[in-house]
Amino acid sequence: MAMTLEQISEMLAKYPVKVEKNRKKHIVIKDSAAGRQEIEANTRTIPGIITNRGCAYAGCKGVVLGPLKDMVHITHGPIGCAFYTWGARRNKARSEDPGQNFMNYCVSTDMQESDIVFGGEKKLAKVIDEVAEIFKPKAITVSATCPVGLIGDDINAVAKAAEERLGIPILAFSCEGYKGVSQSAGHHIANNGLMERVIGAGEREEADGKYPINILGEYNIGGDSWEIERILEEVGYTVVSVMTGDGSYEDLQNAHTAELNLVQCHRSINYIAGMLETKYGTPWLKVNFIGVAATAESLRNMAAYFDDPALTARTEEVIARELARVEPQLEQYRKLCEGKTAFCFVGGSRGHHYQGLFAELGIDTVLAGYEFAHRDDYEGREVIPEIKTDADSKNIPDLHVSADERRFRLKMSPERLAELKRQIPLSYYAGMNADMADGTIMVDDLNHYETEEFIKLLKPDIFASGIKDKYVVQKMGIPAKQLHSYDYSGPYAGFNGAVNFARDVSMGFVSPTWNFIVPPWKDEPLLTGSVTEEGVA
Amino acid sequence: MLDATPKEFNERTSGGMINPAKTCQPIGAMYAALGVHGCLPHSHGSQGCCSFHRMHLTRHFRDPVMASTSSFTEGASVFGGGANLKTAIKNIFQIYNPEIIAVHTTCLTETIGDDIPSIIKEADIPEGKVVFHANTPSYQGSHITGFSNMTKAMVGYFAEASAAIKKEQVNLIPGFVNPGDMREIKRIAHLMGAPFIMFPDTSGVVDTPMTGEFVMFPKGGTTLGELGDSGNSKLTVALGRFASSDAAEALAKKCKVPAVTLKTPIGIKATDALVMALRRAFVREVPWELEEERGQLVDIMTDTHFHFHGKKVAIFGDPDIVTGLAEFAVSLGMAPVHVLTGTPGGAIGSDVGSFEEDIAAIVGQAGLKANIKAGGDLFTLHQLIKNEPVDLLIGNTYGKYIARAEDVPFVRVGFPILDRSVHSYLPVVGYRGAMRLIEMIAGALLDRQDRDAADEDFELVM
Ligand code: SF4
Ligand code: SF4
Repeated sequence: MAMTLEQISEMLAKYPVKVEKNRKKHIVIKDSAAGRQEIEANTRTIPGIITNRGCAYAGCKGVVLGPLKDMVHITHGPIGCAFYTWGARRNKARSEDPGQNFMNYCVSTDMQESDIVFGGEKKLAKVIDEVAEIFKPKAITVSATCPVGLIGDDINAVAKAAEERLGIPILAFSCEGYKGVSQSAGHHIANNGLMERVIGAGEREEADGKYPINILGEYNIGGDSWEIERILEEVGYTVVSVMTGDGSYEDLQNAHTAELNLVQCHRSINYIAGMLETKYGTPWLKVNFIGVAATAESLRNMAAYFDDPALTARTEEVIARELARVEPQLEQYRKLCEGKTAFCFVGGSRGHHYQGLFAELGIDTVLAGYEFAHRDDYEGREVIPEIKTDADSKNIPDLHVSADERRFRLKMSPERLAELKRQIPLSYYAGMNADMADGTIMVDDLNHYETEEFIKLLKPDIFASGIKDKYVVQKMGIPAKQLHSYDYSGPYAGFNGAVNFARDVSMGFVSPTWNFIVPPWKDEPLLTGSVTEEGVA
Repeated sequence: MLDATPKEFNERTSGGMINPAKTCQPIGAMYAALGVHGCLPHSHGSQGCCSFHRMHLTRHFRDPVMASTSSFTEGASVFGGGANLKTAIKNIFQIYNPEIIAVHTTCLTETIGDDIPSIIKEADIPEGKVVFHANTPSYQGSHITGFSNMTKAMVGYFAEASAAIKKEQVNLIPGFVNPGDMREIKRIAHLMGAPFIMFPDTSGVVDTPMTGEFVMFPKGGTTLGELGDSGNSKLTVALGRFASSDAAEALAKKCKVPAVTLKTPIGIKATDALVMALRRAFVREVPWELEEERGQLVDIMTDTHFHFHGKKVAIFGDPDIVTGLAEFAVSLGMAPVHVLTGTPGGAIGSDVGSFEEDIAAIVGQAGLKANIKAGGDLFTLHQLIKNEPVDLLIGNTYGKYIARAEDVPFVRVGFPILDRSVHSYLPVVGYRGAMRLIEMIAGALLDRQDRDAADEDFELVM
């Protein structure tokens, strides 16, 4: 059922005028005849609106830094911010040296009133010393939360002094939650810090194996990265580092040795991807390992980049074998999913990626959007020059890197690069819009009111989103699938992941539990029941 | 698992936390505010805090947790959030139409010093609608403090001694417990024939039934009328010193309602104390139904005492819950050897007593000694367990890391529980809650015994 502009206007009319004017620009009905359709994104959420968005700290420490397993991550602030980012994102990590795997630890300076009044620098310095003494990590990160910036603690100075004292790298991130308008600001801040301090700090000039690559923007939720790595290694690639799922300080240091950078989540990591290209001459390829077809296409694009007949042959071999294995499994689930419709509203890339996997199962995505993406994630990177910086984006510094004199190396001739760019998404992302069907809807920063209204109007069979709206949706009798945490399942990436996803989604459709919502007495008048059974006079 | 935690104690004087056993005030305030009927909690700060708090509450209750935020940007952080809050209030009433908005602050707004009452006064509040607030700086206390502060704010804003003589009714302040616990406390009060006002009351709000329809403001929650009328009650029973006594004292001061503070009624002794308090206040004999339940509980305790007696247990979590659990463990003949809360031992700004003293008294009466710590963290608890191993660990979900690392049977009680369901629907309070605790504890201990037994020692009857 397609929606009309009038229906959307009607829905928005309930808003106060200012809100209505604002939200209108965040909602677009896809119309390919209209050319490139502009959507507003990465702007402030209006106060009072029940949004799914989080803060810069969540994007920095929670998303990008958190999965780095061999660093201890200290949160400088009152207790809560650290507490909520402890183990909640399902970044799986294993380590050959379990004594250096800090994934299950949560460290906070637990600022008290006196720290707010007199400053928390001394306490932070002490916590760093204690952490270094107890855990002996290779490196430490310090992430700031809201009060830190306000009271003027200089975490950079504290980190620098501690670094000199302790002899290990200590990275400070000024990712106070009020910066920017969402998690997105934090991704950027984390990207800058990792690029400045970690990537390229290693001694190696060359990777250890053939076809060395980095996987960027892959956080190993539910083991996604392991499934991707399994496939890549079977084809013959050498994974130098993953940013940052099951990632490590150790591996990241030598990320400059890769010949190609794969970008899975464009939003959270495109900064590093761009900077790696400038600094080392390594292009990045937009990949998508969600769904069988997208995975196969990504593998083929990679092969095209390396342009080696043996690699291409091996790629086809692996694809053929994997398809033969998973297709019959998917087929059985397709029967349960065919003809259904989905809403797909997730953070910054999954809102796009999962549409393909839904389609493979015969499910049409009728509404999609991102929580914290920018316009380029919808409209494609060509829109970037058009995006104006505003007061909120201005306060996230851009890191300007230049070519590394010693290590910069063009990976191929400019001519071949240009030719390749015409064939594959090299250093390019086309955005979500391109893949949406006419009449479907894109909504940026979808909020609670709109969620309810769109559900009533479009009646999707499944709603893919996060924990905060999951039970709202399910109360309406519609299965909700968390695509941040996968409802504690996974992996969902790669070939095996597609099967897992199909299984889980089908389970949502066929679970007998939905059949009990209406009690039997709602369908039977009281009197007939009692007369026949009891013979009531 | 947790391989980086050494057995030797390190000197830690920084005051930093490693694997905390507490979280921040606003989440407690948000939870308390959900216990008011028709109320939308509002987090005045950046949207990250609100997102985190909703996330964690939702994971614990597996039910919608609605709350809004002032969505601060850097500008608001520098120039103050008055405009943000006023805009938020306007938008919330027009779009979501709650009866009440409960504003709580965050570290950010506390640090910049936003004056909430003045902002509320200037805000555009539709006729008949209400906005109230609590200050909840997370650099003091814990989520329990936040719960306490919001509960106290309900008294400050709404309670009124409007009747000339006090009514035959009791105020029950349940503390930071699950809706299942609140329902059980209410059931006991019903059985005792005691008319009551419970506040806050999240039953019917975060344990709502599946009806095929989403209701933003469900049936449950204490009504504004009831909150007002709480000033006319003849008694307040505050359950749990840390979460509930502040509000009770405020009510005593404001409306001259006498207050008694009891332990959270976990276990037989604390439940007896609640029943006795109601019996005295209403001069009602304890009905057979309740006496029968108690008798059943004692029957179970005596029948199964050999499962528990002498077993060493470590307990952690929120102070009121831990106190109740420790007391019940002692009643069962168990030995609490490590007892820890992340919340500081004396709640800020009130004269509630020390957690350490309470626990020492409980274990002391049984001739036992324990490592007792308030304001502690799970890193410390883990080290304590490494040095003096235990047979059982009781606490919230975060204990599962230690339980796995040390291979200790683990019973989940408290907040948050993120990896199991149903816990929020069923009580741990009251006589029936005590039975449930025994079932959980015995299950964990005996499952372990079964798992570890050699074939020839594997028992059919236990
Ligand atoms: S800033 Fe304060 S209120 Fe917000 S999550 Fe952190 S500790 Fe909690
Ligand atoms: S205080 Fe700031 S950094 Fe912490 S959760 Fe809230 S918005 Fe994020």
